[in-house]
Formats: sequence, structure tokens, C-alpha cells
Amino acid sequence: MRLYGTKISSRLMLGTALYPSPSVLAEAFRRSGAGIATVSVRREAGGDRAGTAFWDLVRDLGVTLLPNTAGCHSVREAVTTAQMARELFDTSWIKLEVIGHADTLQPDPFGLVEAARTLTEEGFQVFPYTTEDVVLADRLLDAGCEVLMPWGAPIGTGLGLTNIYGLRTLRAQFPDVPMVVDAGLGLPSQAATALEMGFDAVLLNTAVAKAGDPAAMAEGFARAVEAGRLAYQADPMEPRDMAAPSTPVIGKAFLG
Amino acid sequence: MKIEINGTVTEVRADTLAGVLDELGHGDAKVATALNETFVPAAVRGQTALASGDRLEIVTPRQGG
Repeated sequence: MRLYGTKISSRLMLGTALYPSPSVLAEAFRRSGAGIATVSVRREAGGDRAGTAFWDLVRDLGVTLLPNTAGCHSVREAVTTAQMARELFDTSWIKLEVIGHADTLQPDPFGLVEAARTLTEEGFQVFPYTTEDVVLADRLLDAGCEVLMPWGAPIGTGLGLTNIYGLRTLRAQFPDVPMVVDAGLGLPSQAATALEMGFDAVLLNTAVAKAGDPAAMAEGFARAVEAGRLAYQADPMEPRDMAAPSTPVIGKAFLG
Repeated sequence: MKIEINGTVTEVRADTLAGVLDELGHGDAKVATALNETFVPAAVRGQTALASGDRLEIVTPRQGG
């Protein structure tokens, strides 16, 4: 899989937040085989150097970092956050979040497009956190995005793929655009479904970090993603309403 | 002079952004900065003058989803 020209070995992308401890985080990443980790920028509190400690931890993971603009509600806030993240993490990749609603954390589509255009013009490679809306997707591509990250469900809910029809339509409309289902996944089966539908990857955090055994869940997602991708490549059968015997009828013994 | 650092009004002696970072012990730390909601690249911190009432944000790498 290539994202903005960079080859990524795993189709599982994992967040770094909410783990019970740094060592659990590191073990979850090891078991997940994830190739990309999302990170954020936050205020440095006093002289505790927590940022430096976290930086050392994520560098040791040996994965590609994707900083986000989580929690930004305005274009200006998102753009400034992206600029700070580019300097801190030394990458032009940015997971662009412009949040439009406090309860659902759904993207502000208008601000998202504006921020995506501004950041693309400044040389960023934008991964927009978006909905399954095809018109919005078209505008984001027009703004310069080469990857789309539609939500499965609102962030942190674990509800899975709540609009299968919308996601299928989005996938079909833009068959050549790399797409990552980002947010709302709770179980590996949901990740497998996303890959079976032809999505290129999934990005999740809470489902692993808040599991009773994060490392085991990370491996569960890794296997599901692999299974889903294999199934997609294998050209699945068409479902049908009527039963069709799989065992040959011809040659059956006549036993009355 | 008094400036706002990460939302808290703080008395500082230095009058440049680089000077204030040194004063706060962030001189060699992995931080990025924004002054009055505008990003200030590390390369120009030395020439960036501060004025009383300025709002400074100092951020570091953190966990994210």
C-alpha cells in the first residue's frame, strides 16, 4: 500500500492514546504490526518533560508517524496545529481533523475543505478525517488530498460501520483513491468488513487501548485486517437468496 | 513583563521568544510554538520579540488517535 508515495507494510494504523501505560502501548504496537502511529501536539505542562519522554517512546516503535489536529474546531486552529506538528515530528503528513459538533465529533465539512486546501498549498500531505459523503470527498480531492479517511462511526464509540451503503458508495465512486476507515471501530470483525469492502486500511485507537488486554486485541485486529484484505483480493462469491447444495446431487444412493 | 503562556499569565524577564524558552527551561526541549495564534518556526525564535500581553503556546509531542 502506498500513501503519498510512501510504501506502508501494514494496513492497520494505530493510535497512541488511552493506553494504561507506555509499556502496554509498546507491546500493543509490537503485536499489531502497525506501520503507522497517530500522535498529537499538546501543551507542555511545567517542566515535566512529558513530551520528550513520549517522543523517545514513539521513536522506538519504529513506525511512520502521522500527527493529528485532534480537537481543533476552526480552520485557523487546525492550520496552526498542523504547522507546529510538522516542525515537531519532522513530517509533512497531517491527519486533518476540523471538528464541527461537540457531541458527535463529526467533521465540519466546510472548514475541513478550506483547511485541506490551505495545508496542501503549504506543502502538507493531508489525510482528512471525513464522513462517507461523496460530494465532500470530491471537494477534498479537488483541494489536493490524495488519501481519504472516512469515519466508520463517531470517534470512540466502537459502533463499527454504521452506514454500509454510504461507505460502499464512496468506495465505488473513487476506486483509485487510497481510503482508510478511521474512527468508530470496536471489533476486529468490523475491520475485516472494511477491508473486504475494498477499503485500503483502517485506523483505530480506543478499541485496542481500552480493551482488557490491549496487546491481544491489537493482534486480533491485525489478523482481521489481513483476512479482510485476502478476501477482497480473492473475489468473493455473490450472495443468493435460495439454497444451492454444495455436495453433488448426482450419484447419491437411492435409499427410498 | 507579563505574557500568557499556555493560558497562564506569567512574569518573564526575556524579551524574545528564544529567551523565554530558555528562561522556562525549554531551550533544548522538543517544543513548537505559536505566538498570538500564529505559528513561529524554531529558526526565527531568536528574532521574535515579545510584548506585554502576548499569548504564547508551547506544545510538545503527545499521545493521539
